[in-house]
Amino acid sequence: MTAVKEIFQTMEYGPAPEADAAVRDWLAAHEAGFGHFIGGRFLAPQEGGAFETLSPVNGAALARVAQGSAADIDAAVAAAKKALAKWAGLSGHVRARYLYAVARLIQKRARFFAVLESLDNGKPIRESRDIDLPLVARHFTHHAGWAELMESEFAGYGPLGVCGQIIPWNFPFMMLAWKLAPALAAGNTVVLKPAEQTPLTALAFAELLGEAGLPSGVVNIVTGDGQTGAALVAHEDVAKVAFTGSTDVGRKIRAALAGTGKKLSLELGGKSPFIVFDDADLDAAVEGLVDSIFFNQGEVCCAGSRLLVQESVAERLHDKLRRRMAKLRLGEPLDKSTDIGPLVDAAQLSRVRALVEAGCREGAACWQPDATVPKAGFYFPPTLLTEVAPASIVAQEEIFGPVLASMSFRTPDEAVMLANHSRYGLAASLWTENVNLALHVAARLRAGTVWVNAANLFDAAAGFGGVKESGFGREGGREGMWEYLRPLSAPGRKKPARLPEPDFSVAPAFRAPADKNGLPRLDRTAKLYIGGRQARPDGGHVYSVRSPGGIEVGQAPLGGRKDIRNAVEAAHKAAGWTAMSGHQRAQVLYYLAENLEARGEGFAEGLREMCGAPRKEAEAEVAAAIRRIFLYAAYADKYDGRVHSTLARHVTLAMPEPHGVMGILCPSQAPLLAFVSLVTPAIAMGNRVVAAPSALWPLAATDFYQLLDTSDVPGGVVNIVTGDPAELGATIGGHEDIAAAWHFSGPRGLADFERAAAGNLKPVWACDGRLLDWAGPAGEGEAFLRHATQVKNIWIPYGE
Amino acid sequence: MSVDRVAPLASIAGRGAGSPAAPEPHAARNPGVPLNREWFHEARVNLSGAERRAATLTTRRSLKKEWQAAWLLKAITCIDLTTLSGDDTPERVHRLCAKAKTPLRPDLLQALGFAEPLQVAAVCVYPTMVRPAVKALRGSGIPVASVATGFPAGLMPLKLRLDEIRYAVGEGAGDIDIVITRGHVFRQEWAALYDEMAAMREAAGKAHLKAILATGELKTLRSVYKAAMVAMMAGADFVKTSTGKEAVNATLPVSLVMVRAIRDYLERTGFPVGFKPAGGLSAAKDALAWQILMKEELGRDWLEPSLFRIGASSLLADIERQIEHFVTGRYSSAMRHPPG
Repeated sequence: MTAVKEIFQTMEYGPAPEADAAVRDWLAAHEAGFGHFIGGRFLAPQEGGAFETLSPVNGAALARVAQGSAADIDAAVAAAKKALAKWAGLSGHVRARYLYAVARLIQKRARFFAVLESLDNGKPIRESRDIDLPLVARHFTHHAGWAELMESEFAGYGPLGVCGQIIPWNFPFMMLAWKLAPALAAGNTVVLKPAEQTPLTALAFAELLGEAGLPSGVVNIVTGDGQTGAALVAHEDVAKVAFTGSTDVGRKIRAALAGTGKKLSLELGGKSPFIVFDDADLDAAVEGLVDSIFFNQGEVCCAGSRLLVQESVAERLHDKLRRRMAKLRLGEPLDKSTDIGPLVDAAQLSRVRALVEAGCREGAACWQPDATVPKAGFYFPPTLLTEVAPASIVAQEEIFGPVLASMSFRTPDEAVMLANHSRYGLAASLWTENVNLALHVAARLRAGTVWVNAANLFDAAAGFGGVKESGFGREGGREGMWEYLRPLSAPGRKKPARLPEPDFSVAPAFRAPADKNGLPRLDRTAKLYIGGRQARPDGGHVYSVRSPGGIEVGQAPLGGRKDIRNAVEAAHKAAGWTAMSGHQRAQVLYYLAENLEARGEGFAEGLREMCGAPRKEAEAEVAAAIRRIFLYAAYADKYDGRVHSTLARHVTLAMPEPHGVMGILCPSQAPLLAFVSLVTPAIAMGNRVVAAPSALWPLAATDFYQLLDTSDVPGGVVNIVTGDPAELGATIGGHEDIAAAWHFSGPRGLADFERAAAGNLKPVWACDGRLLDWAGPAGEGEAFLRHATQVKNIWIPYGE
Repeated sequence: MSVDRVAPLASIAGRGAGSPAAPEPHAARNPGVPLNREWFHEARVNLSGAERRAATLTTRRSLKKEWQAAWLLKAITCIDLTTLSGDDTPERVHRLCAKAKTPLRPDLLQALGFAEPLQVAAVCVYPTMVRPAVKALRGSGIPVASVATGFPAGLMPLKLRLDEIRYAVGEGAGDIDIVITRGHVFRQEWAALYDEMAAMREAAGKAHLKAILATGELKTLRSVYKAAMVAMMAGADFVKTSTGKEAVNATLPVSLVMVRAIRDYLERTGFPVGFKPAGGLSAAKDALAWQILMKEELGRDWLEPSLFRIGASSLLADIERQIEHFVTGRYSSAMRHPPG
């Protein structure tokens, strides 16, 4: 025992351990090992055996857990499927009561879970106690509210079915809450697989579910490794997969689900920028870095791991940061004075080490405080890397450790450029006392979440999720609920019209065109429309467009890879469209409708001839197209965001933002209306599109570009490439510079398309457009706007 | 903010740290520097940021058992034991001084392994009470601190305020706690604030000067930062939060900002300036919170009375009870400890 008198001289901090006896007792009671939680009971694994989960402090075994096999997943999915009808059939209020009970029980047993979490993951007890657990309870409470409001706030929508959810090891319990709460609120049942490194809080939670009286089978928990997860993803009765984890695994899941029609949300890696301007409160920014990159050992997907600091204050900030880092305490996670615990396991420690060493070899200057690093355990000291080049591995790769890579910038433009110059786009933090600068930069950052003068703020009322290779979909808030809902009925669906397959052969068609009024038909040349200009296809071929009666009504360019490339480049150049106000875009769209009306007869005549439709039907399609353009012109300045109710004295702006450049594959039928129904909502929201119109009847769309020309639609906003959707789709799906894609051209080629989309992880809205009644309500509405945008949450704490 | 010169904190390391034997209060004085608006006119203080840091300071550090006892003993040595009431009398002050000399029951001190006595840092009174206090403390080495300059409003004519300082010093005060003119801060009359402070520093002579910013009235953290910086430039030996008479007294966010101003001043000049929170620290855990603030944001040196004082009247009673609990394992009662 250290004498009081001695401490009186040294004024050191002493040990302040959190008691863990209750949790140790619980673990001892489960010494025989945990089974899977299936159908409300713990079941022994059917095959596959068991493995140990280890303490990150000393590598000792904490517990034995079951290795889930395909058979276990089968049983769990079956249990979830069995429980589905009853759970989904409950009123929102009844589901709300269950979720509320879960939230309250978590609050009551918070200390137990906090200690267990710190034991299993290694995170400091301060964080599990003060951050993770309150957020877990908050998430269930918030979603008890969504359950209560389901019928009114999401009228016409219902659950998807059985959801397969796979969560990571960095926030085991919090990620469980983020996954389960919205799924259950919406009426889905779940099979959840916790990370193999950190399954314990999920297993304790299974016991808590019994306490809450949740019906059997609503939540099933199967432990295991990546193979277990793969079996869950592959299970045919799983309607939706939600995954949080690495970008590599997310990409595999995307590819595995290609063409299955299963709904998918992915929350993946990040290399989030932390931008400090010269007018920031530098001391506050330093604390922000502590909360950002040194929080949870840096094992945080949205960690501000790239410091971008304005040159004029860089040295001063580094000085302050070094001094602060010297105060960080590495140690036992259960000690209340520990700032940084061990990394989760040996593999993670060696990965972090290797990346830092590689960064140093590339020329980064490495600084670490003289911190006492415990000998045992997977500890890594807080690390500042300066003189980092943007190309350096430590500026590019997600390290997932307490390692900060610092770079400087000169101007706000340069800050934005450097911040966005990443494959990731999960979060960003920016520091300035200038509200003009803050909002301007926040708007320009490509990230799902932007924190102004703050970092790592979370709340259940605000959606969290990424753009680019950080994934798609949101968790939390209203935007998060959509990930677990589908339209209850599909009134607009009808039997697909039996349409002929387009014939893309390029040899001359031996069939004379019809005469018109005794004169030979005046030949018309349809072209591609790229960057506001008509263009011949790069391949130099056309294919015949025929009416149902087999009459050749004209030729369409057979577009290909390079045409898509050119179209995407043109679309990127048209960024001015995105910068315009909603009102300005509305004006252009109204003008477009005006011009379509003026030339309506011609379009109707064209449709009649091309599609063989009765005059009335053709005229109706034109009229519907005019109305639809009006609809999205109307929405252009009305589909606006929200201010989420998160923390006190914070404005959390939920702003729907356009993806940027979108690829759109249109169905064959309704060649004018479907084209208009897909392209106009996308551009109304500020996207620029590369559209492949009806392959069978593309001439309505090629006529349409003349309207675009005369309606002040800037060149590059709508680019039209005709051709084989399978071939165009392969290029669009795989294109790294297309941010999102809509695949409405039917099942042909969809699987390949979605596999290709795994490359840059663009969100794909796949719908069998052949089945839609384009003239009806299913062919329009907010769903189109929702898929044309992503919600960015901007957190702005205020006060003076 | 432009930086002219940054002296690393390490340059003063060792000056007070680990000099355990009852460190001499006021080891070194802050001579002040010419007024330089560049050091503060673009000061940025983000309120939410300061609040977040303040809120997590005490959740990031925990002091248990003998560590808590030792830190609380240290806190006692940093107390400016205070009585500033209209009904103060020499007898009342006499009683307070007795407490100042023996702030903790000797049996408790002994149980903690302390052979030598423990004392508070100073006794803080009104100017007319300085003489009785000096008399009562004679031989103890405990200095008497006097508030002055028309405390607590500070709106007397400058001449009278300076005279009051000279009076208190003449009565034997070793510390002078002055109040700044808040109006100068609101109007950003930095030269006026600086000149006034400098004149007070001169009037105080060898007595050490603590500048009370009355932060509860300054309201914004930016104003607090600027006022603290000007006070230090004008030669304040300590910056102090409050008179104890404002509606809001010492808070952790305000203290955080003042402490960071001290750090910035140290970086620029090399002179360490002390910090004194006053008003509102009445529980032992408050003392620990501020001690953690000092250690985390400034360092070990700022846990000693030479650089850290706590202006308090009722705090000591709670610390006594907590220490007895540590010694005996039983929760204590105020009546078991002599009143001050």
